[in-house]
Amino acid sequence: MNLSNFESIAYSYPELILMTTAIVIFLADLVVRGEEHLGSVALFGCAFALLAAIGLRVPFSDTWLIRGLLGWGEGWLYSRMVVVDDFAVFFKIIFCLAAFATVWMSLGSNEVRGVNEGEYYGLVLASTVGMLYMASAANLLMAYLSLEFVSLTSYVLTGYMRHNRRSGEAALKYLIYGGVASGTMIYGMSWLYGAAGSLDYAYINAALAQGAINPLTLFIAILLILAGFCYKIASVPFHMWAPDVYTGAPIPITAFLSVGSKAAGFAILIRLFYPGLSQAVGGGGWQFLAGVDWPQLMLVICMVTMILGNLAALNQQNVKRLLAYSSIAHAGYTLMGFVVLNDEGLRAMLFYLVTYYLMNIGAFLVVMIVVNSTGREDIEGFRGLAWRGGAVPAVAMAIFLFSLAGLPPLAGFVGKFYLFAAVVKAQFYLLALVGLANSLVALYYYARIVRTMFLDMPTGTEGVVTLDAHNACLLYFLALPTIVLGVYWAPVIDLADRSVHFFVG
Amino acid sequence: MGILTWMTFLPLIGMAVVLCLPSRADELIRRTALAFTLFPLVMGIWLFQHFDRTTSAFQFTQHAPWIESYNINYFVGVDGISVSMVLLTVLLCPICILASWGIDKGIKGYFALFLLLDGAMVGVFVALDFFLFYIFWELMLLPMYFLIGIWGGPRREYAAIKFFLYTLAGSVLILIAMLVLYFQNEPHTFDMIQLMAQGATISTKPVIWGLGLQHLLWLALFIGLAIKIPAFPFHTWLPDAHVEAPTAISVILAGVLLKMGTYGILRVNYGMLPAATTDLAFWFLAALGTWNIVYGALCAMAQKDLKKLVAYSSISHMGYVMLGMSAFTPQGINGAVLQMFNHGTVTAMLFLLVGVIYDRAHHRQIDGFGGLAGIMPVYTGVTALAFFAAMGLPGLSAFISEVLVLLGAWQKYPGLTIVAASAVILTAGYMLWTMQRIYLGAPNEKYLGLPEINARELVTLVPLGVIVVILGVYPHAVLDLINASLLNLNKVVAAAPAAVASLR
Repeated sequence: MNLSNFESIAYSYPELILMTTAIVIFLADLVVRGEEHLGSVALFGCAFALLAAIGLRVPFSDTWLIRGLLGWGEGWLYSRMVVVDDFAVFFKIIFCLAAFATVWMSLGSNEVRGVNEGEYYGLVLASTVGMLYMASAANLLMAYLSLEFVSLTSYVLTGYMRHNRRSGEAALKYLIYGGVASGTMIYGMSWLYGAAGSLDYAYINAALAQGAINPLTLFIAILLILAGFCYKIASVPFHMWAPDVYTGAPIPITAFLSVGSKAAGFAILIRLFYPGLSQAVGGGGWQFLAGVDWPQLMLVICMVTMILGNLAALNQQNVKRLLAYSSIAHAGYTLMGFVVLNDEGLRAMLFYLVTYYLMNIGAFLVVMIVVNSTGREDIEGFRGLAWRGGAVPAVAMAIFLFSLAGLPPLAGFVGKFYLFAAVVKAQFYLLALVGLANSLVALYYYARIVRTMFLDMPTGTEGVVTLDAHNACLLYFLALPTIVLGVYWAPVIDLADRSVHFFVG
Repeated sequence: MGILTWMTFLPLIGMAVVLCLPSRADELIRRTALAFTLFPLVMGIWLFQHFDRTTSAFQFTQHAPWIESYNINYFVGVDGISVSMVLLTVLLCPICILASWGIDKGIKGYFALFLLLDGAMVGVFVALDFFLFYIFWELMLLPMYFLIGIWGGPRREYAAIKFFLYTLAGSVLILIAMLVLYFQNEPHTFDMIQLMAQGATISTKPVIWGLGLQHLLWLALFIGLAIKIPAFPFHTWLPDAHVEAPTAISVILAGVLLKMGTYGILRVNYGMLPAATTDLAFWFLAALGTWNIVYGALCAMAQKDLKKLVAYSSISHMGYVMLGMSAFTPQGINGAVLQMFNHGTVTAMLFLLVGVIYDRAHHRQIDGFGGLAGIMPVYTGVTALAFFAAMGLPGLSAFISEVLVLLGAWQKYPGLTIVAASAVILTAGYMLWTMQRIYLGAPNEKYLGLPEINARELVTLVPLGVIVVILGVYPHAVLDLINASLLNLNKVVAAAPAAVASLR
């Protein structure tokens, strides 16, 4: 179906709710005193947006109390600019969850408290809206606009701690890298537009299928466009911003960027390269069009990203920076599902992003708890954490880190298992071996933090770590599913399975 | 709920219970942990009585769907091979809890992790779904890492991470091989019984260096499992881990974890890849096993630290297991599994005995003692029993299994068997020499006041000593359990070349 602007509104509730909340916060910030309540408003906004995406059903029946987007038709909205399908809804849920956790985290963060809170929460929500549209963009123009929107809001959020030099430096670096990457990307998009004669993914696909595009032209266009996308998912060779930005930004924003922004990058990447530049060939397989073997290119990017991220993480002393490099490596792992050109790989990617959401936000949350209490974010600041009041955060951190390392029975293992299964099924044995060798390297530096927390004894100068109820709730909210999904994950994998489904008209 | 499920999950329930107890209730935590390891022991005794020794089929099976979209199931059951290992595990766990009574730091964490380890170990032996097997296999790593890393000796951090990385390196290879096996099978399955039935059909057509897919899978699995055995050259984590680990953890490491390597080879490599097994057994099991025997014995002889000596003797003794199973004769393979069981009990005794003396003298230098026989006569008596058992003295358990291994191997590899049999002299050499340096001669003035072995320590040692003696005169207690399954396994491997030929 192809809906008009007015009819499309019924399919845009999550975006509308978030946008309305953001506007309310901006306005309230101007007129009302009492900034500290704005965060709670934002939290409710995220929760309602999440509800509008998932819907609310009477347990064990088919009666819906709130009809969510999940499983509710698919089609083009706003005159083919935006598409809503299972794939988009899956990502919308992830973004709403990410925003929810970020806002919750911000409410308990000392870095955020008391400084322009209205703008802060408004921008987080606005950025989330941009991500929701990134997952739905069915048109190069829409893709570019939504991606830029997310980037611009992220620059401001990164530099949010105005009086902190690192924060400002990070924002500027982010801005400059982002400007170059998106300029390159839009140049590539113009090539694609020129060659295919349309901005619409479906028409581009048709033009490719007819062989109307010169492979060299297409290859150059893909190369240039990848600059923007690789920048968003923080993969080699456009990863250099990540360590500085992750270190400089307020910790909730770091978590938000490392999960939300990255997932949005994957959403836009998959939608352009799969339904846009490839063709389903039945049996869950895909075939790239017009003779440009971009999976080979991505294979190289994927392996180099993993290796570089992991090796660079080995010697980091700052935990945020270490997690930044680990997040680069995880972009590489996730790309393993991208290069195998089948639905199995895509499903594994979607599932992995869910687990990554839990464990990565969780890890940053523990960093934030430690920073809140002691102001230290270097590894030495974690020394003997388990033995100086921080037993719960330390155990949670161990769970998140071992999950990131991919050890059972934790969610991260299941995510990696599906990725490797897809790779082995497609018989990319070299990639599987490289990925597994990387898991080993990764274990070493994750275990390094665990060792510092548990095996080293505190020297008495590190300060006492306290955990308040607010942060504890979020900690349990993230840690328990990390364990539960490692033991029983059928509902999530089924949802991911269903979500590997694109509306192409 | 099947009995095997209870045996696996009771310790895990115990872990949850221990975590809920108040941290200061030391005695309560210890007793709870002991109770949750004694229940599985009782069940193990029941299992021993009710196990049908006439069949090679899997018994006490339980099957439940887990992740249906990927055909992953919860599937447990035991045959003769695994039941002997389950018995060994449930026997050693309460003993280790008793041996850990003296732990005084982070008691709650220690016993909780120990119970997690216990459940995971039983899980590895009873799992019949490859995915489940892998989960339990990996689940052992985390508690082991912390148990060595937090409660270990001076170089515990190094030993813990080394153990962790080595074992994980092995398990990622197992993961890849497991996935390939899954996709090779139609319909895709992790069910070990189906994988065994299908195994012979995996291609042996050379793809690289004359090795077929089946051989490559075999090697990936073998390396993964050999790290656990540990076979040369993957053994270097073992001395470090053993020296640094607390006594009870050394017992578990040597008594149970090492057996998982050889158990895995029998279950996975033999059962699922029989053709590759016949092709590769000579080099990777027989020759490497013999080398392990000699190398481990020579290394043991050179050690100054008593615990390290026992660790290297483990490497040597596990070599007999590899040699025995490589021969594909009834005596050889029966001897191998019996040796797994016997080594589990004997080496557990040795580590417990090292622990006893370390607790008193706070060092383990072999040359630092002398004449302990006069100071601690009872202790010395028990030690002598364990040392003689480790040497393979007739009348004690290890003698039977080593002789069976050598008899079985002789029929296939006479040359290697001569080497392996001669190594018995080396074993006797380092054991007796150690015996002489520590227990005989003039008493060391420094240790005249050492207290005799106490009741709790005796309780941990006596049951093992009794088993060592009983199995020395009546090995059928274990042999009857394992025989049917092993003969069947031999048949599967023997039929493999014919099955492959018929495919060509």
